[in-house]
Amino acid sequence: MTVDFRSGLPDNAGAMLQKHLADARINVELETEGMVLNIGPQHPATHGTLRVVVKLDGERVVSADPVIGYMHRGYEKLTEFRTYPQITTLINRIDWLSSFANEVPFIHAAERLMGVQAPPRAEYIRTILTELSRISTFLLFLGEMGLQVGAITPAFYGFRDREHVLNLIEAATGGRFHPNFNRIGGLKVDLPSGWIDDCRRVMKKVFDSVDEFEELVVGNEIFEVRTRGVGVIPPGVGAAYGVSGSNIRASGVDWDLRRDGQPYLVYRDLDWKVWTHPDGDSFARYWVRMQETRESARMVVQLLDGLPAGPVMAKVPRIIKVPEGEVWVNTENPLGEMGYYLFSKGATGPFRCKIRSASFSNVSILPWLLKGVYVPDIITILASLYFILGDIDR
Amino acid sequence: MTAASLLLPVMPVAVDLPWGLIVAIKTAVVLAIIPAGALILGYVFLLKMMSHMQSRLGPMDPGGFHGWFQLIGDGIKFIQKEDIIPAQADRRVFAAAPVVVLISTFLLYIVVPAGPRLVVADLDTGVFYALAVSSLSVIGILMAGWASANKYALLGALRAAAQLIAYELPLVLAVVGVIIQAGTMSLQGIVYFQQNGSIFGFDGIGFPLILTQFLGFLIFLIAAQAELTQTPFDMPVAESELVAGFMVEYTGFRFLFFFMGEFGTAFAFAGIASTLFLGGWSVPWVDGTLADILGPFVLFAKIMLVSFLIFWVRFTYPRFREDQLQAIAWKYLIPLSLVNILATGIFKVVL
Amino acid sequence: MTDAGDSREAEAQAEAGDSREAEAKAETELPPGAGSPEGDEIPIVEPEPDPEPEPLPEEAAKLLAQLEKELKDSIIESGHTFGDLVVRVAPEAWRKAAEVARDKLECDYLSFVSGIDWMPAPKVGGDDAGGDTSSPVQPTEITFGIAGSDGRFQVFARVQSTARHHGFTLKVDVDEDTFSVPSWVPVYPGADWHERETWEMFGIGFDGHPGMRHLYLPFEFEGHPLRKDYPLLSREIKPWPGLVDVEPMPGEEASEEGGGE
Repeated sequence: MTVDFRSGLPDNAGAMLQKHLADARINVELETEGMVLNIGPQHPATHGTLRVVVKLDGERVVSADPVIGYMHRGYEKLTEFRTYPQITTLINRIDWLSSFANEVPFIHAAERLMGVQAPPRAEYIRTILTELSRISTFLLFLGEMGLQVGAITPAFYGFRDREHVLNLIEAATGGRFHPNFNRIGGLKVDLPSGWIDDCRRVMKKVFDSVDEFEELVVGNEIFEVRTRGVGVIPPGVGAAYGVSGSNIRASGVDWDLRRDGQPYLVYRDLDWKVWTHPDGDSFARYWVRMQETRESARMVVQLLDGLPAGPVMAKVPRIIKVPEGEVWVNTENPLGEMGYYLFSKGATGPFRCKIRSASFSNVSILPWLLKGVYVPDIITILASLYFILGDIDR
Repeated sequence: MTAASLLLPVMPVAVDLPWGLIVAIKTAVVLAIIPAGALILGYVFLLKMMSHMQSRLGPMDPGGFHGWFQLIGDGIKFIQKEDIIPAQADRRVFAAAPVVVLISTFLLYIVVPAGPRLVVADLDTGVFYALAVSSLSVIGILMAGWASANKYALLGALRAAAQLIAYELPLVLAVVGVIIQAGTMSLQGIVYFQQNGSIFGFDGIGFPLILTQFLGFLIFLIAAQAELTQTPFDMPVAESELVAGFMVEYTGFRFLFFFMGEFGTAFAFAGIASTLFLGGWSVPWVDGTLADILGPFVLFAKIMLVSFLIFWVRFTYPRFREDQLQAIAWKYLIPLSLVNILATGIFKVVL
Repeated sequence: MTDAGDSREAEAQAEAGDSREAEAKAETELPPGAGSPEGDEIPIVEPEPDPEPEPLPEEAAKLLAQLEKELKDSIIESGHTFGDLVVRVAPEAWRKAAEVARDKLECDYLSFVSGIDWMPAPKVGGDDAGGDTSSPVQPTEITFGIAGSDGRFQVFARVQSTARHHGFTLKVDVDEDTFSVPSWVPVYPGADWHERETWEMFGIGFDGHPGMRHLYLPFEFEGHPLRKDYPLLSREIKPWPGLVDVEPMPGEEASEEGGGE
């Protein structure tokens, strides 16, 4: 059977399509007791197309099996067939809420192999935009975790406050969600005039809105009752599963790649602190991200004060060819540790690019974490881990 | 009140109407009030108040002035939708469930008085009857959840059944204090008690029972919130988990019945709360025929006040988990209401 | 920081890289027709041996010393990339290396486990793609990365320490006969999903993995996509639409017949 919508596909494409469409079977051993609940790919609580097949005993979870791949786009294969500037466009879409931050480790990897160093103004602006995307995605998190727990109102506040930051990013880069602003060697263009004052104003608003969230959500007794003690990740288990970012810091592990990893961007020049929380439950994860939002706003203000003048683009050849070698660059993205292991053979595109995305490892802990929790707690845990499907599935 | 009062005409003018016509008029009035009340509550609180509290505007276009036509338009839209019943659903039970819920709402309106003579049936056991029929909706919800052939609906229905039965007790016990103080279970009698009472010896002002039954009022409101499956007790319809819970398979006019049932019951519960605690239709220094005319408006204003509280809490708080919900009912609300009854009884005897 | 001088240097280095590559190509260019990657014999080019191996940076050297103490002969080769230690171990010692990393080197954090296929990428669309510059042209000789390789497939993994803030990369060759390596799941439970993905994408088996099944792809999927001989379907069917007018604009049917079909 051939499919009409694109002529020229191989003849068995239609059959393959039908087989894929029939993908409704659960690929686990089914026992006959308990109820199998499919928190399916279409569900308001799963942040996208994540499917969690849970076996329930009443309202308690006996076992959970996340099924991912509904959004697998084959990035690692695509990177082998694209040139470096084309890949920058692609990897924007891995974590689409903080897309500027996805480009940074890849650009750094290519620049390191080439031996190119972006000018200091470019590094500062990159840091500012990374922190802005961190603020925007965390503001969304602060709002929508309240929504998952049942409070409808914080979600609206989150979206509203995030608009200011997105307007800033749009003014600087031209795109709200997928800026595609990094170039190997620097940035595309310099900041527009008046942007710095706008940025300062918006940072003040960010402080106010985080205070509002603290009062509305964190101070709410019902929220505390719903999130304290729910989904505790012990630090050793978390690290063994590769849980990173705010999730592992909420378990008390004092580890932040901006401070502890390879030096990248200008974090070493700033005065900031790493927030941890000893509990490791959902409340801790919310609290840590809230504090980190404030910290990012403080960092942006320092960066604006210290922004050097100069060019934003180093001299690089027109056709980018990265010399042979391999390099590993990892950065602290809003979702966690994102890294690129770049193998290059001297061509205009990479030989192999392994993309290590944070949410993949964060979600891999779910089968261990969800045992024995209530069904409503599943939603709380999923919300507090804060993954993005594009990050899991690449 | 005697049996003769059942035959009192609805109109304030003493006209002798045949018994059948009276019943017909009363039925028509109640059937008109249910959607009207539901619409008003839904529009004012659910659409407008919630939006403004969430720093957005809500519907502005339908009907021109701040979108007052939105819900009516929604109702028309629902009626003309295709009637979809899942293939594996139990057709008769599926169709009957919303009707059961609506019947329970209808029966609630029978005892709420809107004036000295504006009551459909002033029963001697008014309060008892009202709380009894309000629990009929549990059957409807269970029918809906089971007949939907959907695991999410079943989960929602089971949670709802557990929750509604658990919160019946605080609801009833909170009202016992009022009954002890007023000395009668008839709602008209309670209103008269509040109208004729006196505060610290000041006659004529009336004595809304909320002043002494404040704890009872609070418990009643919390239990009513749970009975209406509103946040923070909306586990059965947890939007982000079960996506409307037991109602998930209902579309079109069947969903409209559930919606009207929910908001109609909210209107009725607010009416009962105002009658029991705030004085119902009574206004100080107003008696006789004037009370018949002013009564409905006064009652409406008090209903709006109580509904404001109910919906305000709904938009602000996250939801409780099922076991926390049950813990609140059994471990906190019931002992508190028992304490309330004890205190009321003691004070009734002492004072 | 940097200024025009450095960027000139960078340009020079990039050009030097080009010229080095061209040099390497010129020296080791095979007779025409013998370099096709579709054939069974993939010409393996030995890279020029370095005059003297570069000394490892201090931190990497310390880690390597500890590893050598524990693993002794199992370490086949080691190197570094910009200060990061890369160690290749023997296949039998793959799980032991993980245990050593976790227990002795305090690397409690597993970053990832993945694979790599060292076969050169085939030319997209065959040899008659005619100027399709949409895909980069990769060199046709097979070369290996840092710490070398014995065969076509390798599994590499990265472990890091949250307390000591160091990390290193481990590589292992995939045995040609059994086509599998020991699984890391007993050591790092997080390796579960990573190994499932590696099997799915490359076909490399993992001994001791509890329940190997597809992770991203549907259950009946055939093939292992990240292997170099698995084609990228969209480019095989149709050349890159941005390159030439593959379809005439509406209304220009007869006159405009651009290149490609």
